[in-house]
Amino acid sequence: MIKGKFIDNLPKVYGIYTGGFLAFIIIMAIGEQMGMSKYAIGVCFVAFTIFIYALIGWLSRTAQADAYYVAGRQVPTVFNGMATAADWMSGASFVAMAGGIYFKGYGYMALLVGWTGGYVLVASLLAPYLRKFGCYTVPDFIGTRYGGNLARFSAVVVLTVASFTYVTAQINATGTIASVALDIEFQYAVYIGLISILLCSMLGGMRGVTWTQVAQYIVLIIAYLLPVFWISNKMGAGFFPHFMLADEVARIAELESQFGLGTVKNAAADLATVPKGLAGITKAHSAVNATPWAFISLALAMMMGTASLPHVMMRYFTTPSVKAARKSVGWSLFFIFLLYSSAPMLATLSKLSLIDPNLSTGIIGKTFAEVEAIDWYQNWNQANLMFISDFNGNGTLELNEFFMGGKAVVLATPEIAGLPYVISGLVAAGGMAAAMSTADGLILAIANAISHDVYYKIIDPKAETAKRLVVARVLLVVIGFAGATIAAMEIQGILGSVIWAFDFAMSGLFFPLVLGVWWKRANRQGAIAGMLGGLAAGTWYLVWVRTGGSGFLGITQLTFGIFGSAVSLVAMVVVSLITAEPDKATQKMVDDVRVPSGKTILGKSH
Amino acid sequence: MSNQEKHWEKSRGLLFITLAIWFVFSIGIFLFGAEMNEVTGPFGYPWTYWFTCQGSLGAFVILIFWFANRQEKIDEEFGFSEREDE
Repeated sequence: MIKGKFIDNLPKVYGIYTGGFLAFIIIMAIGEQMGMSKYAIGVCFVAFTIFIYALIGWLSRTAQADAYYVAGRQVPTVFNGMATAADWMSGASFVAMAGGIYFKGYGYMALLVGWTGGYVLVASLLAPYLRKFGCYTVPDFIGTRYGGNLARFSAVVVLTVASFTYVTAQINATGTIASVALDIEFQYAVYIGLISILLCSMLGGMRGVTWTQVAQYIVLIIAYLLPVFWISNKMGAGFFPHFMLADEVARIAELESQFGLGTVKNAAADLATVPKGLAGITKAHSAVNATPWAFISLALAMMMGTASLPHVMMRYFTTPSVKAARKSVGWSLFFIFLLYSSAPMLATLSKLSLIDPNLSTGIIGKTFAEVEAIDWYQNWNQANLMFISDFNGNGTLELNEFFMGGKAVVLATPEIAGLPYVISGLVAAGGMAAAMSTADGLILAIANAISHDVYYKIIDPKAETAKRLVVARVLLVVIGFAGATIAAMEIQGILGSVIWAFDFAMSGLFFPLVLGVWWKRANRQGAIAGMLGGLAAGTWYLVWVRTGGSGFLGITQLTFGIFGSAVSLVAMVVVSLITAEPDKATQKMVDDVRVPSGKTILGKSH
Repeated sequence: MSNQEKHWEKSRGLLFITLAIWFVFSIGIFLFGAEMNEVTGPFGYPWTYWFTCQGSLGAFVILIFWFANRQEKIDEEFGFSEREDE
């Protein structure tokens, strides 16, 4: 059936895979009809998909440095786009985003704009040039462009801080989903998630991660889009929700004013009885509820963070050419767009399903006895994701008396809208795929930076390939376990730590990377000042605001990267200008990076 | 001016145009978010709401492909495009 090289057969291989996955969903649906239990369906979905990823990871094992670090630089444009999309869309995008939009509306949607607009910066400022450079890791570029171990090491420090903040959130997400689907304690589920993550990346490095990420993208996009289209059609809202929900958006606004949103306020004593982490609808669905600066500063921080996060940037090192790297950024964003543009639609459908009394699924206006008798309400109430309480004692449920967890919008909506349970199993598998793929990319980014840049380039430049790859794999496991241990402590929510990671990355890396290509005068001293100064300033601001500082210019703990990167820019420019300009060889290097044709700056294997 | 300098000058010009369009869709629109949301926009959604949900996102996708094609043309013009066997 499959002849010749794997790379030449990609469309066929993944076509068969997608067909097989759809067949699996149908088999599960038939199983449900024949009385398979919900628990069994959930276990099958999670176990089957993880088995496939592990299989791909095993088939992609390699002993070559360029296959391990950059997948042999032969990943075709479109497939690299899918892999990047999976790498990019984390547990936060999949599980938390629709919920955030549901509760916070416009102000939250700055994240949608930020997490997509950043790719324009990636495509135009960085990706093609770093691909031409031929580096294995992001610090590899910094270390070679600016020269010296200190510059290289500073980049590793920033990379590790940002990626590690991010990865604990992802391991946390895999743990949450595994604990719900497999019905085990979170503390143990975290390690099951971690082992699944390591299975994909340990043997094949970047090559293994690339091909599992493509497989994970296919699962997660089916799992996200199928319920959105299904619910929209079932509700009669339109067969293509993205273009047809204007009436529903207007209807929500009408219901909001009818139910007295914003005028009926809950007493503080009543709110204190609501379980932690749950929220009621307090913001109008489609109104502009944030000041321009609040919106723009958050979007800007996310955009600059996108262009500085190493696990995304290193995906573009795997394309066959500079031209392909540019196109590949476009495909990445296209595949991301498919999910991001659906999240507000899911939030709209979910909200309307719950609050519209004209729909059979609506619960507002029903009596408490009626709502408490609903099967799905009991389940999600038990899972601590839903809560109702008769504050005014009139016996019927009001809009301000209904509370829900953010995760429930994605996880519970299929059930609320009356879809078969098989869809809920599919959504769990999708969330798992999203969190795993991002965790893999991040752990690999950290382990590669430490093994290649610290161990090989700084400590032992004579190490043989086999030894380097052993070090890389050991680091992968160590970093994974460190991340899981911190995740098991549940220090911070998923979304908060993700946003912090972007701020850390932009504080330390954005200007050193961009100016490395676009400003020939930038030198080593400037870059080091920029990286360390930016990271220190950003971290200081975060700690200051967290410990009761008032902040300035409307910069919050979610946008501290704006301050950090501003300090980074000033430090870098000032220090560069007062120290000597880079030598001729470095200037020539920058000239060569700007031309797509010709040899890469660093050799094929280095 | 050498061939390479001319190539870089044109590439930089393209960068500025790209960033200007990027600015409009990522920042410009949201400076007037509240005012624009009063107007009914594409597919009947309120304007600003539509841009945050779909409009800006889609514009970025198109912008990147447009940029990639323009940059390829510039590379070809100066003989800097890569050969397929490289």
